Amino acid sequence: MTRTRTPGISRRSTLALMGAGAMSVAAPWVARAQAKTIKVGMPTILSGRVAQLGTSSRNAVMLEVEKVNAAGGLAGRQIEMVIRDSKGQPQEAARVARELVNTDGCEWLIDGEASSGSFAVHEVARDLGVLCVHTCSEASSLTADPKQHIPNAFRCVRQGIHDSIVGGSYAASISKAKGLKKWATCSPDYAYGRDTTGEFTLYLKRFAPDVEVISESWPKLFQPDYTEVVTKILQAKPQALYSCLWGGDLTSYIDQANIYAMFSQMEVFAVNMADYTALTVVKNLPKGIHSGNRYIKTFPTTPENAAWGDAYKAKYNEYPTNWSWQNATAVMFLTEAAKKANSTDGKKIAEVLKGLTIKCPFGADGTVTMRGDDHTLVGYAIGWGTTIPQEPYVPEVKAGDWKTIFELEAEWKKSKGYI
Amino acid sequence: MDLDALAGCLSSSACLVTQTTSGLIIGMLLFLVAVGLTLIFGVLKVVNFSHGAFYMFGAYFAMTAYQLTGSFALAMLAGAAGTALLGLIFERVFMSRVYGADVLMQLLVCYAFVLIFDDVVRIIWGPEFKSMGMPAAFQVMPLFIAGGVVPPYYLLLIGVALVAAIVLGIGLSRSRIGKVIRAAAHNPGMVSALGINTGLIYGGVFALGGMLAGLAGALAAPVRSLTPGMGFSVLIESFIVTVIGGMGSILGALIGALLLGLIRSFGSLGFPLFTEGLMYLFMVIVLVSKPTGLFGKEAA
Repeated sequence: MTRTRTPGISRRSTLALMGAGAMSVAAPWVARAQAKTIKVGMPTILSGRVAQLGTSSRNAVMLEVEKVNAAGGLAGRQIEMVIRDSKGQPQEAARVARELVNTDGCEWLIDGEASSGSFAVHEVARDLGVLCVHTCSEASSLTADPKQHIPNAFRCVRQGIHDSIVGGSYAASISKAKGLKKWATCSPDYAYGRDTTGEFTLYLKRFAPDVEVISESWPKLFQPDYTEVVTKILQAKPQALYSCLWGGDLTSYIDQANIYAMFSQMEVFAVNMADYTALTVVKNLPKGIHSGNRYIKTFPTTPENAAWGDAYKAKYNEYPTNWSWQNATAVMFLTEAAKKANSTDGKKIAEVLKGLTIKCPFGADGTVTMRGDDHTLVGYAIGWGTTIPQEPYVPEVKAGDWKTIFELEAEWKKSKGYI
Repeated sequence: MDLDALAGCLSSSACLVTQTTSGLIIGMLLFLVAVGLTLIFGVLKVVNFSHGAFYMFGAYFAMTAYQLTGSFALAMLAGAAGTALLGLIFERVFMSRVYGADVLMQLLVCYAFVLIFDDVVRIIWGPEFKSMGMPAAFQVMPLFIAGGVVPPYYLLLIGVALVAAIVLGIGLSRSRIGKVIRAAAHNPGMVSALGINTGLIYGGVFALGGMLAGLAGALAAPVRSLTPGMGFSVLIESFIVTVIGGMGSILGALIGALLLGLIRSFGSLGFPLFTEGLMYLFMVIVLVSKPTGLFGKEAA
C-alpha cells in the first residue's frame, strides 16, 4: 500500500514548526542570530509624577551609551537602547520588559523602575533568564533576600539598609552633640517609607540608645497637603525630625513646614533632600537640613565626579538625579564586563559581573564593586551633610565608613534570616 | 489610635488654636474646589470629572504670572481669570455638546480631558514638579494666638475663601443674575422661553466653577508642589465634600469642606493611622443617615 501525501504542510513539518515556535517563545535570545547591534531594553517611568526620575535615568544611560558606541561598541557591536514607558505601574513594567525581550529582541534589560516595578521586572528576568540590571530600586530585600536571588540579575543601586546605617550613625553623633533625645518621624505610607524609617530609627537607637521616637506621621504618597501633619509634629514638640519624603512631596512639605517656622524649632534630617530635583525646586530652602547624599557633583569631591555632573548638565540643561548616576554606573559595569568576557552573551557577562570592581566617578575611593554573593552594588560614595540654599547646596559631606556598613549589614541580614 | 493625644489637644488652648486653624485651611481650599463642582452639578446636572484640571491650571497660571511679574496679586488674578476663560471655552466647545447625552458619555468626555489637560501641562511646563515659592511679604514668622501657631499666609487664604463663599452665597440668593441661575437650574426650558440665553448662563456657571477651582490652585501654589495630574487628588476629596454636603448645595459644600478639614486635623492626632479612613467613614455615615447629603434636596 502506498501512502499518498496530501498537499499542504505535513504533520512532521507542523510538529517541527511548533517546536521551533515554542523554543523561540521560551528562549527567544537563543533563536536569534547575533545581530550587528546589541539591543538593550529599558522599562522606566517616563510619565506621571515620577517622570523626571525616569527621564534622568534615560538621559544618563544615553550619555554613557553614546561614549561606548563612539569607542567602537561592545565586543564590536553597537548598543541600541530600546526605552519604554511603564507609567510607574508594576504590571505595565512587567509587560513592557517581556515585550522588549520577546518582541523587540533585546538581549539585556536595564530595569529603570522604582521598587514596586523592579520586583515585577525581576520575575520576568527569572522567567526568561535574560541578563537584567536593576538601576533604581533601593529596597534592600531585592538582593538581600536569598529567595529573590537569580544568577542573571544584578542591582546597581544604593541600598536602603546602607543609607540607614550611615544616616543612623550620623544622626546619632549630632544627637549626642546637641542633646536631641525626642524624635519625630514623617515618611510616606508605603513600603519604602516604612522600611527606610524603621531601619533609620533602628540604627539611630543603636548608636544613641537614649533617643526616643515620640511621634510618627505617615502621610499618603503624593498627598497634596501636609498641614495636619506639620501641626501634629509641632504639638509633639520633638527636638529632631526624620523624614524620607522625596521629590515633589518633600518640596511641598518643606514649603508648608516653612511657614510654621518648623525648621527653627527642631533639627530636620531628610535623607532625600540632597538631590538636585529637590534642591533646585524649593524656592525658600532653609539652611541646615541634614541630608544623605543622593547625587551632588561635589560628593565625592573628585574631578571625575564634577566632570560627569557638568557633562550631563551641558547635554541636558539640568543636573543629574540619584537615578542618573546609578544608571550610568550600570552601563559602565556592563561595558567593562563585556570587555573582560570579550562577548555580549548574557550568561558570560553575568559570570564576569560577579565581584567585578570598576573605576567609577561615584565610588567612595574611585571604584565600585558588584558584590559577588548577593549581586549588589557596594563601595559607592555615601554620606550625610547639611544643606545651604545655594550651590554647592551641601558644602561638607561626612562620608560613611564601608567597613562599618558591611559589619552592620551582615548583622541585619542575620536578624532577617537572609544568611 | 491615640486618644490621649486627642484629649490632651482638646484641653490645650494652644493645640486647639493650631489644629482648628489647620482644619480651616484644609477645609477652605477644599471648599473653593468643591463649590465649583457642586455649582456646575446644581445648574448643569453634569458631574464634571475634569474639575481638578482647573485647580491644576490655576496653580500653573499663577506660578507663571508670578515668575513674569513678581506680583502675588497678579498671580492670583491670572490663576482665577485664566481658568474662568478656560472653563468658558471648555463648556461652549465641548461640554455643551453632551448635555443631553448619556452620563457615561459625559464621563468619557471629562476623563478624556483630564488626560489631555495633563499632557498640555506636561508639554508647556514640563513633566517635573515645580514650586512657585512663598512671596516675600509672607516670609515672616507665624503668629502665636493663645499659644497656637497660625501662619499669616493661611489667614489670607482663609479670608479669600470666606469672601468667595459670602459673595457667592449673597450673589446667588439676592442678585438678579443669581435668581436667573437658580431658575435655570430648576427649569431651563421656562428660562429659555422667557428669552434668556441659557447657553450663556451655562457657560457663565462653568466659567465661575472653573474660576473658583483656579483660585484654589493659585492660593495653594506657594505651598504645594505643582505637577501634571495634581488635580486628581484634590478632586477625590472634593467629591467627598459634595457627597457629604449634598450635590448642588453651596452651603453644604462649605460645611462639608470644613468638617472634612477638621476631621483631618484632629483625626491625625487621635487616629494617626486612620485619618483618611475617618473621612470615608464620615461620608458613609452621612450617606446612610441622609442619602442626599447634609444639605441636599430630595429629587422632586
